[in-house]
Amino acid sequence: MVSDYKVQIKNLYKIFGPDPKSMVSHVQQGMGKSDLLDQHGHVLGLNDINLDIPAKKVQVVMGLSGSGKSTLIRHINRLIEPTAGEVIVDGENVLEMNETALRNFRQKKASMVFQKFALMPHRTIAENAAYGLTVQNIPEDEAKERSQRWIDRVGLSGFENHYPAQLSGGMQQRVGLARALATDAEILLMDEAFSALDPLIRTDMQSVMLDLQEELHKTIIFITHDLDEALRIGDNIAILRDGRMVQAGTPQEIVLKPADDYVRDFIQDINRARVLQVGSMAHGKPPAKGPKIEKNVVVEEALQIISSAKAKTAIVTDKGKPVGSVTLDDMIAAIARPEPGDKGIETYR
Amino acid sequence: MSFLTEFPSMDPGNLRDLKKAIDGTFRDFTRANGEFIESLFDPLKWFLLWFERLLLATPWPLIIIIVCALAWLASRSWKLVAGTAIAFLVIGYLDMWEDTMVTMAMVSVATLLCIGFGIPIGVAMARSDRAQAIITPILDIMQTIPSFVYLIPVVMLLGIGKAPALIAVMIYAIPPIVRLTNLGIRLVQEDVLEAANSFGASYRQRLLGVQIPLALPNIFAGVNQTIMMALAMVVIAALIGGSGLGTPVLRAVNNQYLALGLFNGMAIVALAIIFDRVSQAYGKRLQKHREGGHGV
Ligand SMILES: Nc1ncnc2c1ncn2[C@@H]1O[C@H](COP(=O)(O)OP(=O)(O)O)[C@@H](O)[C@H]1O
Ligand SMILES: [Mg+2]
Repeated sequence: MVSDYKVQIKNLYKIFGPDPKSMVSHVQQGMGKSDLLDQHGHVLGLNDINLDIPAKKVQVVMGLSGSGKSTLIRHINRLIEPTAGEVIVDGENVLEMNETALRNFRQKKASMVFQKFALMPHRTIAENAAYGLTVQNIPEDEAKERSQRWIDRVGLSGFENHYPAQLSGGMQQRVGLARALATDAEILLMDEAFSALDPLIRTDMQSVMLDLQEELHKTIIFITHDLDEALRIGDNIAILRDGRMVQAGTPQEIVLKPADDYVRDFIQDINRARVLQVGSMAHGKPPAKGPKIEKNVVVEEALQIISSAKAKTAIVTDKGKPVGSVTLDDMIAAIARPEPGDKGIETYR
Repeated sequence: MSFLTEFPSMDPGNLRDLKKAIDGTFRDFTRANGEFIESLFDPLKWFLLWFERLLLATPWPLIIIIVCALAWLASRSWKLVAGTAIAFLVIGYLDMWEDTMVTMAMVSVATLLCIGFGIPIGVAMARSDRAQAIITPILDIMQTIPSFVYLIPVVMLLGIGKAPALIAVMIYAIPPIVRLTNLGIRLVQEDVLEAANSFGASYRQRLLGVQIPLALPNIFAGVNQTIMMALAMVVIAALIGGSGLGTPVLRAVNNQYLALGLFNGMAIVALAIIFDRVSQAYGKRLQKHREGGHGV
């Protein structure tokens, strides 16, 4: 294996229109989405995307509607052909696969969950969940047997013989999840999988997914436009704007160092105490005494530790070894919402 | 000023020559290839004759039982089954049984052939915009051209008899099934197809597992219309040897036999109503799981 990354996206461009190839050079010379549309009548879908996605982690892709999220995720299983660039999965270029190899890839390696569920209305829940296996020509009975486990796992036992239209949205998406899991693919592509659901059900589904992930360790690429969702489930977050990737990093990196005002707007209203870890604000020498807090503990928990110890200063540790100190004031300052346009966040470091 | 009041039409002599040339060319073509082309349609004729003989040889009670059973399977409605039984009993009592069987054979065989040819054509149209652009105007012509006009070349090529009658019925009845197959497949939601693709389905798996099943209600509406049009063609087909219920109707028109025309006309109407209700009820049952639902 050449790299530790499960999926690598390199210099990916996607332009929609009658003659996309000839538009690449305009974009490479810096033409933006609106100019390309006004002057050449082409829609800029993706603009020079580079993203390395580690295995067994949840990579979130975020951005406003129309920023290119769906376009990007569909390049990974090549539901959309790029205008230029490479998509490499496990060291193999997806774009060079022939039809058989590509179908095999879609059947075994990457499965997808859709925003509008995209279940087959004429198939029962059991048949829907087994669809990915049926496509592999596994006999219907065996396919159903294998997918039953996932129907049970997502909590739909007893609904096997219902039809999708008889189920609520949340339950339909559980079917979508079971269908994607049933093929045992290592990569899960989720395009706004929970965006169509009511907030309570959405939180519910996030928990279902996090529980599953703890057990299964899939490489998940998760699209959302909801930052709270992104922060809750993402190990890494990439932010798209008008087809360009404006920032990629861990949730904490993005909150601490938003790349521009677009990102800053995104993180405006989040609960920073749940994202920032004490390690990011540790400074100076460890104090002689005080409660010990691991550096990857988020501020929300750290505040509880420090206040129940009735201390003002805590020892920040790295795998048990003291590395610095953090005070109550540090933490309170860190979680204060920054003024719009205020670049002062970096001063907390 | 006669230029404005009288259309400057082609010189009568030239026009006559043009028509003669067309007629002559086609007649020569017919003389040269008529027999060969006729032999192409022989299998259709055999199939039709075989089915006709089967219906005529089957005891009438058995036919009524089979037809009622089919009506029940398709519609699950006792009313429809009872209506069907009564209609057939009355038809038999009024001595129209044999003509009715001949007509049923013609309509069934024409419908089956229309399905057999029409669905693949519709599938091809749905697959390629080019095919659609080529086939749509042909269908338009087939549906709007007066049926008597295409009877002429059919009769010139194939003569008078069962085969030309069957062809005439098919030409008239095939457009709806082609159109609605195409439409039904094109209306299948893009996201469901994308899901099938994302799991690595092949073209065949998409077509047979997703597109056709989801297009079935539309395809069935097409089958229904095809049956109706085939029945509507029965009287005209009788002109060129189709026989069945159309023949007595023609005789009644020529001789002003009111009762004969009325009885046979009503028999055609009864068949039409039965076929229509049964196939519509079946089409509705196909849609059972698709409509309603909770959405999001
Ligand atoms: N098939 C297409 N033809 C033309 N433009 C498209 C097509 N698909 C997407 N786009 C455009 O590409 C941009 C990105 O779309 P999309 O990836 O769906 O955004 P998102 O999923 O982030 O809402 C939008 O401006 C959209 O209008
Ligand atoms: Mg989208």
